[in-house]
Amino acid sequence: MTTHVCECASAVERIVRAFPSGRREALIPLLQAVQEEFGYLPQDALRAIARHLNLPAAKVFGVATFYNQFRLKPVGAHTIRVCRGTACHVRGSKQLLDAVADHLGVTPGETTADGEFTLETVACIGACSIAPVVMVDGDFHGAVKSNAVAKLLEPYREK
Amino acid sequence: MSTVLREHHTVKALTEACCSRCTHRAATPCADYVRCRREGPICHQDAGCSAVLAGARAAANHALAVPIIYLGAGTCGLASGMDKVIPALRGFLAEHDLDVAMKEVGCFGLCHREPMLDIKKPGRPRVCFDGVDVKKALAIAERYLLNDDIPAELAMGVIPTPDADPDAPEFAALPDLYTLPVLARQRRTVLKHCGLIDPDSLSEYLARGGYAALEKALAAGDDGQSVLDHVLQSGLRGRGGGGFPTGRKWQLTRQQTPTPKYLVCNADEGDPGAFMDRSVLEGDPHRVIEGMLLGALAIGASYGYIYCRAEYPLAIKRLEHSIEELERVGLLGDNILGSGFSFHLKLKQGAGAFVCGEETALLASIEGKRGMPRVRPPYPAQSGLWGQPTCINNVETFANVSSIVAEGGAAFASVGTERSKGTKVFALTGTVKNSGLVEVPMGITLREVVFEVGGGILEDRPFKAVQIGGPSGGCIPDQLMDTPVDYDSLIAVGAMMGSGGLVVMDERTCMVDLARFFMEFIRNESCGKCIPCREGTTRMLEILERIVRPAGGESPRETVERFKSVTLLEELAPVIRDTSLCGLGQTAPNPVLSTLRYFRDEYEAHVFERRCPAGACRALLTFHIVAEKCKGCTLCARQCPTGAIWGAPKQTHIIDQDKCVHCGACQDVCKFDAVSAQ
Repeated sequence: MTTHVCECASAVERIVRAFPSGRREALIPLLQAVQEEFGYLPQDALRAIARHLNLPAAKVFGVATFYNQFRLKPVGAHTIRVCRGTACHVRGSKQLLDAVADHLGVTPGETTADGEFTLETVACIGACSIAPVVMVDGDFHGAVKSNAVAKLLEPYREK
Repeated sequence: MSTVLREHHTVKALTEACCSRCTHRAATPCADYVRCRREGPICHQDAGCSAVLAGARAAANHALAVPIIYLGAGTCGLASGMDKVIPALRGFLAEHDLDVAMKEVGCFGLCHREPMLDIKKPGRPRVCFDGVDVKKALAIAERYLLNDDIPAELAMGVIPTPDADPDAPEFAALPDLYTLPVLARQRRTVLKHCGLIDPDSLSEYLARGGYAALEKALAAGDDGQSVLDHVLQSGLRGRGGGGFPTGRKWQLTRQQTPTPKYLVCNADEGDPGAFMDRSVLEGDPHRVIEGMLLGALAIGASYGYIYCRAEYPLAIKRLEHSIEELERVGLLGDNILGSGFSFHLKLKQGAGAFVCGEETALLASIEGKRGMPRVRPPYPAQSGLWGQPTCINNVETFANVSSIVAEGGAAFASVGTERSKGTKVFALTGTVKNSGLVEVPMGITLREVVFEVGGGILEDRPFKAVQIGGPSGGCIPDQLMDTPVDYDSLIAVGAMMGSGGLVVMDERTCMVDLARFFMEFIRNESCGKCIPCREGTTRMLEILERIVRPAGGESPRETVERFKSVTLLEELAPVIRDTSLCGLGQTAPNPVLSTLRYFRDEYEAHVFERRCPAGACRALLTFHIVAEKCKGCTLCARQCPTGAIWGAPKQTHIIDQDKCVHCGACQDVCKFDAVSAQ
């Protein structure tokens, strides 16, 4: 993992200082705030959080790796989330996920070599009536067909 | 959100003071504040102030002098295209200089008809339009707003309003929305306001009798005893899945002496295929918060948390806004309405862990720890958040409380069956015609829910089963569809009420694949603390994958293992059920057990005949190109990941079975339906 002593240090410091020190219940909101800023959790940020909350770094890493939301690696310019909820599954989301993975040449959890897309799965987005659903960044796409994946992603590549 | 009204129409919000004589502020609360919003002014008589409040009430009740456009802006509405319709309509109104109010409302529940848009003109009913894209929206606006020509053939129906003449001849051709089959069998209490009011407006909730139950409970001056009595009498049971009587849970927490006590709302709706709580939080957040205030009063809690999934950004935004508005007017905080009762509410975002729906894991997560369950007892009522007495209820449970207190426990108990009272909200999804959110009285049969409310199966295919209760629940086959919806009957047939996900499946869904799907989900979501769940679900998944993996290429040992798989599943399941630490592990084998119970023949077809009767397990299928249909377009050959398809352009193509990896890509892309799978 890359170490970030660089430009992000002051931003981390600013986020961390907005939370009360030594209060463990601030840990998850803090991790969320840092990830919101950087798109992932830089290792140095985790250490800074541990110092601020007076927790062993291992506890912070433990929480950061337990929850699905947190990423320890940088993500691509766009994040694709394929919903794998029951309703989507019944309407073919497995084939859809395979089609997206094939199209991008990555497996879920990975980022394309050009840094454009990160592919993720999500347990359920809660938009079951328009299954199968793919979410790209903040946009929902409902009733997506496997053969329409390339067309769906093309506009994002240009952004 | 965002009523776009011109300056000269802007009336005071109903939450605001009528004049300087009103002394109600968060710091100096007035006991009559809520009643004053409905009937006031109370403390002084002044024609001007009466007019101000009457105007504010009329605006909050949508009796405006200008037309109103209601935009279905729940997650499903936005996802289906409402996000594009809104700016287009804004542009249209600006271009024609039309004086029209726009209101973003939550989900009405008819998700399959989204995006939905309603238009209400003064003195007329709300006309509802479904499947609205930009083109249709502009056509509707041009005809109805610009030319006053009711586009009846584009409309779905009307919602009657108090200021409209129900017998107006110009609307005679349009049905009352509530008489449509999808709504006629429903009984909407929790969803009463969803899709009808602006969820970001406390004024609109107050104008419809909101927080009157809280005011009544505080005025009783009995420290919440009357609230508890009503809830006990109502027979309300937890809507999160377990069905524990809410009144008893509250009583247990009330009896504890240590303070402070905490009240937690579980909005970590993690069951895949369930979105009831999301819709209620997006469509009517104040109903949930009022229920929490009443609960806090009944148990003596002064602090509360709403633990909401981070995957629900809109619900979080609406809750944050509502909490802030309530704090500003003094309905949250210290000394609420001058009663001496204090309640501080905070929103906590989950971080994507299914297990956090389990109450002890949820508490650990609020404390900033990994969301792992712990052994009970002690129960959270005795020792919960930071070791203090804590009560945890689900969103829908809280959403039922205000009407129980307002109308009395007996009224609530008059709906439903002997041991399951009231209504239940279901997220009806899968291959059903009317997918969406439905609220039905307890005791209705599953068949009525799927075939009357749900309208039957898409494309009228044969029905196979309905999955209820998510990963902890089970599948119910056709022969048991007359089972009534109540906690105990569902457990008797090997399923459970669960939180309300109802996934309908037709003949094309493979039950072995479904069991595998749930097992994979649970394996991924197991927190790993106890061995039966961590290892057991992994083993069960391995066995299920063995059943659905491609035929051929097995070693003799693997063949023997495959033959033993059903026996092994039946051996492992009770061990996991009996020895796991928390509810997630204890119910983990249910999807396998219930499919084995009712669809054993499908398992046997996979195991012994290497065949998937539903045609869903592609690894077990053989793909062929039908010569008569193939046009030789070469699309499939270009799509095939292993180069298993060959043939010259405009000639019939052939699949090399030795190279085929059964991915089905050829079938997906073929435009002539020329790829058959057997």
